[in-house]
Amino acid sequence: MKKNLNDSNRFEVAIAREAEGGGTSPYALEVRNLDIRYGDFPAVKDVTMAFDKRQVTAIIGPSGCGKSTALRAFNRMNELIPSCSTDGEVLFHGINVYDPGVDAVQVRRWIGMVFQKPNPFPKTIHENIAWGARINGYTGDMDELVESTLQQVALWDEVKDKLKQSALALSGGQQQRLCIARAIAVKPEILLMDEPTSALDPISTAKIESLLDDLKKRYTIIIVTHNMQQAGRVSDKTAFFLQGDLVEYAPTKDLFFNPKDERTENYISGRFG
Amino acid sequence: MSSETASGAAPTFRTDLTGRYRRGNVWAALFLTVTLLSVFFLAALIWTIVNDSFGYVILVNETDPESLTRDGRPLEELDAPSLAAVLEENLPGRRLRSLGNERPLAERSREDLYAIVMDEVVNPEVKATFDLSESLLAKEDIRAVLERDFPEGRLIFRAWLNLKFLGAAQSSVAVAAGVRGAVLGTLMTILVTILVAFPVGIGAAIYLEEYAADNRLGRFIRINIYNLAGVPSIIYGMLGLALFVRLAEPFTSGTAFGAAADPTTANGRTVLSAGLTLALLILPVIIINAQEALRAVPGILRQSSLAVGATKWQTVWHHVLPASFDRILTGTVLAVSRAIGETAPLVVVGASTFLSRDPTSVFSKFTTLPIQIYQWTARPQEEFRRIAAAAILVLLILMLSLNAVAILLRNRIRAKKRLSR
Repeated sequence: MKKNLNDSNRFEVAIAREAEGGGTSPYALEVRNLDIRYGDFPAVKDVTMAFDKRQVTAIIGPSGCGKSTALRAFNRMNELIPSCSTDGEVLFHGINVYDPGVDAVQVRRWIGMVFQKPNPFPKTIHENIAWGARINGYTGDMDELVESTLQQVALWDEVKDKLKQSALALSGGQQQRLCIARAIAVKPEILLMDEPTSALDPISTAKIESLLDDLKKRYTIIIVTHNMQQAGRVSDKTAFFLQGDLVEYAPTKDLFFNPKDERTENYISGRFG
Repeated sequence: MSSETASGAAPTFRTDLTGRYRRGNVWAALFLTVTLLSVFFLAALIWTIVNDSFGYVILVNETDPESLTRDGRPLEELDAPSLAAVLEENLPGRRLRSLGNERPLAERSREDLYAIVMDEVVNPEVKATFDLSESLLAKEDIRAVLERDFPEGRLIFRAWLNLKFLGAAQSSVAVAAGVRGAVLGTLMTILVTILVAFPVGIGAAIYLEEYAADNRLGRFIRINIYNLAGVPSIIYGMLGLALFVRLAEPFTSGTAFGAAADPTTANGRTVLSAGLTLALLILPVIIINAQEALRAVPGILRQSSLAVGATKWQTVWHHVLPASFDRILTGTVLAVSRAIGETAPLVVVGASTFLSRDPTSVFSKFTTLPIQIYQWTARPQEEFRRIAAAAILVLLILMLSLNAVAILLRNRIRAKKRLSR
């Protein structure tokens, strides 16, 4: 792959231009006509939606509705699955992340991800935070970064005396907060969360949910969840997926109390799914 | 419903649990039997070797040491000049000249001279050997043999595996022969093998597992690597002969680098050629094993690395390799153990049949322990069977200690990994 300098820092250029006041998009991420297939099976069908900056957007839907697949398309993680093909546009700062000149590594540096199961690196707590920053060429003080990042996820006080210990010795909930910290340590703009609390107990879940309120001051958060109460508690807007279609996308209160679509109403009232 | 109508009763579940247990116990007993059987065979193997390596020998001196006393002092108390005098009196002039050419007698140490006197003047000759079981259980019979057949002989309990055996060079006399050259040859050859096969194997495995596309060509390469792992080792010997000994002769003999150890005779049949041949032999095994180790790394680890903006290589280097390294090492140890014991390909590549000089560099002629063992077992004399057994013990100990080092290394990596759990 040939890339000139402009290609490899296109996002930086676009972000810098916007900071100077040139053509700011109201949205953090715009999805246009997104089609995703696993072989012949259509997992996501013609989805068009936009995500507000510094808000929490929830994506809900029954198992197999394509919500995780759609989420993983936003930072090109689906490319790791050989049979998966993606069509359509995902615009980040006006640049389609699927543009041939765009490098997936750059996309993922700006659009971070937290996975379903807590999966810290089998390294020290310090290294879990510092590694991403280091490989992305962070020039600042690493210890400061580790401290401020851990404070953002309310983990600093719990782990400040064992930064050199293995991250895998932490509890599941702590591990997941560490994974969030790992994702935000490289200062992304968007944080994708794929059912981040489904493997956690209610107390750990509550801690992470309360974190989201703080995190959305700095980051745009898109969270996939199978837990409708969670979507109701944490999100500003909610999208309902069913069999690969985006059925309804509205402010969370509207979607839960005044669903426009019958299928949405059936789902949130527990008639299926 | 059909069973109900057929038997006339409602279908039930079988309540008999003992039958299920009995079946399980039969299998367990069978597995225990085969395990015990293999332990038995292993013990039998080791016993046979040990049995041959230790035992009484009957020695008959060519010259009685009593006749070599000077001024009433026995041989072992003589000083260097007297020993030199003994040599001058007893050895033929030709031998004395060649000894003198190596190093004048007057300059040699007392120990050196004493050894030459013992070897060449006293020259104890092994007339009969007995194995360990005979030596332990039938000592009276052995004494009877001694008194009947060798009245002037001495009976000595000899460990054929001894320090002198380890330190001595090859010799045409079994008692004087040692495995120093073969051990050095084996170590140097294996070092070349590891240095080549380990990085190349891991590199190939990383490429095939992490980078290569899953297309027809990739599958073709993969299948062929599996096939190569099953190719008989002698075929690799032919390959090594054609490739390293013949084609790359200037490089494997060292003449291309002006570093040939003995350019007149090596002709590419060097430690380097042997090591490279063995490297080719174990390369497929290392690749397959490393591929499996890489495949066993959970995909989520790769994803979480990529998700913070790491490149593929950063992911492989910082996460995938460390997570799989202990498995890779285990497989490599097994492959290298196989290489240490290989004989056939080295015979084809041209191991030296008799090498009294140690290999000094990778461009030296070589012999290895298995080759040495093979040659000694082919000799009709009983003593050579004894030293072959002793050499087998050396080979086994060498192999076990190399494995032990590797296992310790692996356990340290594992402990580090577990600590981080």
